[in-house]
Amino acid sequence: MSSYPETVAGIATALAKGEFSSVEITRHYLDRIAAHDSRLNSYITVCEEHSLNQAAAADAMLKSKDAGPLTGVPYAHKDIFCTKGIKTSCGSRMLDNFVAPYSATVSERLDAASMVLLGKTNMDEFAMGSSNETSYFGPVTNPWREGAVPGGSSGGSAAAVAARLAPGATGTDTGGSIRQPAALCGISGLKPTYGRVSRFGLIAFASSLDQGGPMATTAEDLALLLNVMAGFDNKDSTSVDRPDEDYTRSLREPAAGLRVGIPKQFFSADLDADVAAPIRSAISELETMGAICTEIDLKHMDLSIPAYYVISSAECSSNLSRYDGVRFGHRCDDPRDIEDMYRRSRSEGFGVETQRRILVGTYALSSGYYDAYYQKAQQIRRLIRDEFKNALENVDAILGPTSPTTAFTMGQKSDDPVAMYLSDIYTTAVNLAGLPAISIPVGFADGLPVGMQLIGNYFAEAKLLQIAHQYQNVTDWHQHSPSLDDGIE
Amino acid sequence: MEWQPVIGLEIHSQLATASKIFSAASTGYGAEPNTQASAVDLGLPGVLPVLNEKVVEMAVLFGLAIGATISNASIFARKNYFYPDLPKGYQISQYEEPIVAGGRIEIRLPDDHIKIIDVTRAHLEEDAGKSVHEDFDRSTGIDLNRAGTPLLEIVSEPQMHSAAEAVAYMRAMHQLVRYLGICDGNMQEGSFRCDANVSVRPLGESTLGTRTEIKNLNSFRFVERAIQFEIDRQIEVIENGGQIHQVTMLYDADRHETRTMRSKEDAHDYRYFPDPDLLPIEITDDYIQSMANSLPELPAQKRKRFVDEYALTSKDAEILCEDRGIADYFEQATAASSGNPRLCANWITGELFAALNASNLQIEASPVGPAALGVLVSRIADNTISGKIAKQIFETMWETGQDPDDVIAEQGLQQVTDDSAIANLVEQVLNDNPDQIEQYRAGKDKVFGFFVGQVMKLSQGKANPKQVNKLLKARLDN
Repeated sequence: MSSYPETVAGIATALAKGEFSSVEITRHYLDRIAAHDSRLNSYITVCEEHSLNQAAAADAMLKSKDAGPLTGVPYAHKDIFCTKGIKTSCGSRMLDNFVAPYSATVSERLDAASMVLLGKTNMDEFAMGSSNETSYFGPVTNPWREGAVPGGSSGGSAAAVAARLAPGATGTDTGGSIRQPAALCGISGLKPTYGRVSRFGLIAFASSLDQGGPMATTAEDLALLLNVMAGFDNKDSTSVDRPDEDYTRSLREPAAGLRVGIPKQFFSADLDADVAAPIRSAISELETMGAICTEIDLKHMDLSIPAYYVISSAECSSNLSRYDGVRFGHRCDDPRDIEDMYRRSRSEGFGVETQRRILVGTYALSSGYYDAYYQKAQQIRRLIRDEFKNALENVDAILGPTSPTTAFTMGQKSDDPVAMYLSDIYTTAVNLAGLPAISIPVGFADGLPVGMQLIGNYFAEAKLLQIAHQYQNVTDWHQHSPSLDDGIE
Repeated sequence: MEWQPVIGLEIHSQLATASKIFSAASTGYGAEPNTQASAVDLGLPGVLPVLNEKVVEMAVLFGLAIGATISNASIFARKNYFYPDLPKGYQISQYEEPIVAGGRIEIRLPDDHIKIIDVTRAHLEEDAGKSVHEDFDRSTGIDLNRAGTPLLEIVSEPQMHSAAEAVAYMRAMHQLVRYLGICDGNMQEGSFRCDANVSVRPLGESTLGTRTEIKNLNSFRFVERAIQFEIDRQIEVIENGGQIHQVTMLYDADRHETRTMRSKEDAHDYRYFPDPDLLPIEITDDYIQSMANSLPELPAQKRKRFVDEYALTSKDAEILCEDRGIADYFEQATAASSGNPRLCANWITGELFAALNASNLQIEASPVGPAALGVLVSRIADNTISGKIAKQIFETMWETGQDPDDVIAEQGLQQVTDDSAIANLVEQVLNDNPDQIEQYRAGKDKVFGFFVGQVMKLSQGKANPKQVNKLLKARLDN
């Protein structure tokens, strides 16, 4: 390893002090990507020239004392956020040729903060997957173990941060796509309250569930990145109009006296015993810190997976209709007529899992099935939301595992969609309710990282970050990094 | 057997906003293809719709004008189907909770009877783009300028029983949306068009027959002809022992026939569901009240007021209220006419309309403004000029834009009303025509008209004809 700091906060401080330049630190990450990423495959696009230009501009700002808190800090951007002039593929052959003529609001905010874009990270196709195996650009290797998945859909971002190929990254979370890969790669990840981070320019999977958020090694870094990403956007009608806040403000407040609810449903037979153990240790640690942990009951949790897969697939079936080969994206060769063009462009452009979700969603919305599936799923969604609301009246956060297992082996679940969907057993309910949640590393099971999830009330991101930061102050799981035993340092 | 046609219309009224319903692109008509289509209109990945609040205002105005219920939380839904000129693969429309529910409108039938037609609902939606088949060899061009143009779809109950009633309903709606200023009503440009649902049943039967839907009718004439054709076709099919199938049809104006576009079996399953990108449109009662206060006077109210206030015939009131611009012109002219509304009405529907027609102008562009016409009318009424001279003055005003009083003064067209001056003229004519005096006195009364004509001619038309008559009579009969 080099002598550079590995956190967003550390790099920002050093840049401000002039210990090294943005160009130097950017070059450092570009070199690491060049050295390790042909094996990890965490990036789809690395935009070296663009990165170095941004870094040089940031250095000029740093010199003229015109800099913001994260000026010149490099980051990796999930390839689902549109970036003007740089390919945005969404992990799909369908958009392998797509360069948006606009930037996502999140991209604009990161640019406005003068952060340095290293590249666009790999992901499950259209964010549909829990293993990053559905990407058209190939699977991502979990840096902790060759042949293990990094989780998904933000698997590229998680692997890049874990392997220190970026100090921080963006992700999106529709049913766990930030938290689950963060857990499987041993990093921290935050899914904000629905409506807190603009969805404009974020390529839609399931509009009522999608939410962008930060991924990094520490809770403090998540807070710094969220400060840049979050905020009201009038280009997104579901964006919530409330004042910006400083998510670092309460990081240093002690966790003593905070009430933490532990749903017994989160520790059922579905949970691997060796995953449960580090989480129970973390609970003890929190209690030592003065947090008050109590068992709570969330009866409807078992309904969340079916409700989630109906709603997300229904929305995806409609959101993905625009990929018809007419105006942009993949178009088949020599279409005979419009019907043939639709059929072949979509069959060629979309992978198997994406096609499966489109079919499921189309079915769920069809005349005669709508009430039994979509409507019923919406009712369950209301039940789950109400249950969380009630629970969060009595506790500051709800705690549990992020994923029922550690990183599984590539190919292990890719032929069994239901087994794959069950990876999201602890995460999807949070999206259905629209709540914020964080995943932080709390230990290892058989050499693979274990993540713990904390779910907060609406717009209580600062409180989740505070608990996570306080925990990270007294533990060092977040500092563990995989040795990239490919002989390259 | 006697048959009763049953007709319901779905009118698509393009709302007169400057920008589109969910994007900032212009709604202007006639631009180069795809120059008015933003990333949102193109349905590019990641873009999101943001509601143009102006369309809500317009829909609420419309709802209030037909006495409908305005929904406090109406919902946008996605109507999913694939079509090359439908960029997102779905149309944003409203399904379960439309912004306007119920309401009614008064229509005037050809026999002058008034009928009330109930409106089922009116909802907001975006228009699709246009497929262009000309100019492309064995392929289709797509123009997305129209994609995202705001529409108010107004759905009637099936309460019309003839093609003429359907046209009367469409005309009443056309008039209403223009009165409200929410639609320019331009049918050639497609700003106001309809789909017609047509069925027939034996007279006296209460259940409806199987209906067919005729798509995209964009003139009153086409509505009338297409519906009539379809009614006749259906009756013929049934009377020949056939069955009507539920199909969607197109009207071919060139061949004057309806043609099947797709059958029920091919009907789309639109898979409507609430659009997760848009929040419900929340409308408070205070907002509805403020809109109600800003509602302009509507055609039916105006017609009644014109009869009551200006003592117009109901025919004149109807003609003048056809268009808000004409009604406003009439009221401004009347205000300048020293209290002569009926004479103003005659002049507007007579001379002015003829001149506008001849020059193909809208009333707003008339070279003779309402105040000038009102003054002209007042000069007729106070005998400054005769009606005949007034027409001559009107022509000058039309050509030069001059004020009527200036034309009268400049050309010396003021009517001669001085008895002695007229008596002199009479004297002169009698002196010049001794033979005719003989004829008159011998009992040939018709010669009287000759004398009047001669006096008028001598006065260059300016003598007051009534006085000429009186003085001639007095002079000849003594």
